[in-house]
Amino acid sequence: QNSELFTLTYGALVTQLCKDYENDDDVNKQLDKMGYNIGVRLIEDFLARSNVGRCHDFRETADVIAKIAFKMYLGITPSITNWSPAGDEFSLILENNPLVDFVELPDNHSTLIYSNLLCGVLRGALEMVQMAVDVKFVQDTLKGDSVTEIRMKFIRRIEDNLPAGEE
Amino acid sequence: AIFSVYVVNKAGGLIYQLDHYAPRSDTEKTFSFPLDLVLRPHDERVVVAFGQRDGIRVGHAVLAINGAEVNGRFTADGKDVLEFLSNPANYPVSIRFGRHRLSSNEKLMLASMFHSLFAIGSQLSPEVGSSGIEMLETDTFKLHCFQTLTGIKFMVLADPKQTGIDALLRKIYEIYSDFALKNPFYSLEMPIRCELFDQNLKLALEVAEKAGPFGPGS
Repeated sequence: QNSELFTLTYGALVTQLCKDYENDDDVNKQLDKMGYNIGVRLIEDFLARSNVGRCHDFRETADVIAKIAFKMYLGITPSITNWSPAGDEFSLILENNPLVDFVELPDNHSTLIYSNLLCGVLRGALEMVQMAVDVKFVQDTLKGDSVTEIRMKFIRRIEDNLPAGEE
Repeated sequence: AIFSVYVVNKAGGLIYQLDHYAPRSDTEKTFSFPLDLVLRPHDERVVVAFGQRDGIRVGHAVLAINGAEVNGRFTADGKDVLEFLSNPANYPVSIRFGRHRLSSNEKLMLASMFHSLFAIGSQLSPEVGSSGIEMLETDTFKLHCFQTLTGIKFMVLADPKQTGIDALLRKIYEIYSDFALKNPFYSLEMPIRCELFDQNLKLALEVAEKAGPFGPGS
């Protein structure tokens, strides 16, 4: 399947947000928010189709995200590296990012996190399975780095409104 | 046969309900005075308390009088049903009896009660991480339940001999993730009012039923 329309649509979205908000920080926040709204819905599609069971630790979660979820939705398999000693933080290294095919960041948007939607998606999706996480880009090929690196940190398990049987 | 489908959100609220098939057990008969059945009020209905014949059973409610559907304890034109039926001048009269169908409010309440029972079931489990109630079995139906990792419950009530319900529950989850969640105008946790969801769900129920009691491919 051709992903040009997807890349172009995402690009149109980001440029429109830049026009609407005029400063990079607000655009980043909006992208995160939109990503969150996508994530809370996408998780059900993911669970319905992949038949993955509940993850019991953050390492399992990392595996499922990189090997199943990213593969399913973006056709790429990032590698998992840089685990913190406590096992509550890791990095996803993306060799290529389908969202940024053909994109160059202009100088006046140097603080724009172009693919920030992805952070929101991951955050929203994990929240629905009772995990509060912090997700952010720490390296970006659009900013001259050699790879794109997303850092994911486990904050806490969400205890309120647990589905029955999860206590 | 698949009788009905219920979808319950994370808070225990019913967000979707479909009655696919209800065994028809209505009986309409003409009676002359005096009525040989004993009727009594029950909640908002008039039910048969005593006297069973020709398909009319104890517990059946008065559904219609002379062809016009009753409104709870009152006839279509506002008269009290029991008073009406105790007046010889109103006979002969045609009365339709049948099993009372659950009102939307009753369904909402029952779904929410099941949600609580489900939670109790999980707490009673001797092992941690119980799946919760998967099936409730009676002689006339089986209630199958599937709770997703996100806390949504899909329930299907079917004939005890109906197979393939596990696969159907997973299919309903897919249909939900497609036609409800991917509809940007549908708000999470709210009642599902999506035409495409209805259509695809009905299709899935028909496929599951055609598969017969021996599973798909029979």
